[in-house]
Amino acid sequence: MVDYGMGNVASVMRALRACGAAPTLTSAPEQVASASRLILPGVGAFADGMEELRRRGLIDPIHAFARTSRPFLGICLGMQMMLATGEEFGVVAGLGLITGNVHAIQGPRKIPHVGWNRISPSSTATNWQGTILEGIGSDNAVYFVHSYAASPELPSDVLAECDYDGYRFVSVIRSGNLYGCQFHPEKSGPVGLCILGNFLKAGGP
Amino acid sequence: MPNIRLIARLDVKGPNLIKSIRLEGVRVIGDPGEHARAYYQQGADELLYVDAVASLYQRNSLKEIVRRTSEDVFVPMTVAGGIRRVADVEELLRAGADKVAINTAAVRRPALITEVARRFGSQCMVLSIEAKSTGAGHWKAHMDSGREPTGLEVLEWARRAVDLGAGEILLTSVDREGTGSGFDCELVRHVASSVSVPVIASGGMGSLAHLREVVETGKADAVAFAGVLHYNRLSLEQIRTCALDAGLCVRTHAA
Repeated sequence: MVDYGMGNVASVMRALRACGAAPTLTSAPEQVASASRLILPGVGAFADGMEELRRRGLIDPIHAFARTSRPFLGICLGMQMMLATGEEFGVVAGLGLITGNVHAIQGPRKIPHVGWNRISPSSTATNWQGTILEGIGSDNAVYFVHSYAASPELPSDVLAECDYDGYRFVSVIRSGNLYGCQFHPEKSGPVGLCILGNFLKAGGP
Repeated sequence: MPNIRLIARLDVKGPNLIKSIRLEGVRVIGDPGEHARAYYQQGADELLYVDAVASLYQRNSLKEIVRRTSEDVFVPMTVAGGIRRVADVEELLRAGADKVAINTAAVRRPALITEVARRFGSQCMVLSIEAKSTGAGHWKAHMDSGREPTGLEVLEWARRAVDLGAGEILLTSVDREGTGSGFDCELVRHVASSVSVPVIASGGMGSLAHLREVVETGKADAVAFAGVLHYNRLSLEQIRTCALDAGLCVRTHAA
């Protein structure tokens, strides 16, 4: 798990341990590049997150990791930073692992979107079999807290969507070995632990 | 319509889970961690820990309780009481909290709201308001667990805090807290319909009818309750089932 000073790393570590994993928290570039699985957590602003990664020399190691077929998971801000650009406090370059951008949520009565919400398959991903969402049902809710949302350019990169007060946005992205979820699996009770468990079992593409 | 969040509120004094009436006159209930775990397993959407005496004694003793709770509780936790500096927030987040709710220190120095929001994001900065009615349609904010008047008009203060970066408002009616006589729905609507961030209604839940009223009339985005759970008057499962039967949007809990 990438430690770059942003977010609730302790909670994600505890959730992974509850799933039976023995995670390592690190900000060492070589450990990041050579991990067997990589999680990029994160809570906070896009620009700050990218700056913290840059300051620690972690951008290249994350790219190096992503080029392998080993499983990668971005959570919340960690997912948003997988996109090419973010628009929080001006346009900022992201990691660019997925083409597309991150924009402010507009329309719903209350922002941030805070709370439990169901996720649904995107038009291109009608089946979650063999993905980190395997076994997740249409009644299962997960916990969101965000004011920004990711828009991948390729519909095939969208695994799941979500509807908040009439506003439809991308809740899970997937491109080969790369996954990202907008919600917090580590705060989504048994459903979230199931998703993390699936990630721990995931192979390559 | 978005799901309404059902939040189990745990007021703590020293090592004990307590319950007060109008934030005064404390009764010891038991071990906070045990109750927190039980409420998680029964399907609470979030937990809210409040150190009831922290602001008075200028310390928050919840860090260790939060750390232990987060070992096996995997829903969001908000921590309130005695948080005065960015460093206090950092410690609590590191212990396992996801958000902090701040009242007294934000009244004394509103810039703290902006500092916390900048550093950890608005979603982490919950403004806690303890409101007392001062006549029809008027409420004043209090601090130090409802003891000290601040002179601030509740809605004015809420709007200002949102401008400063608060991402959510925990709105406790001191008049109703611990009475089980129902939420101050007028107060909740007064704030919830006028600010752009979610409002958590707290204080007064005694029956399922009260829940329905504060959601439908009060327009609450989330509802916090303590006594009904602590005294086994209602279970989270009952609350959730009845909310669904009444047509309220709440998540269906996967056991």
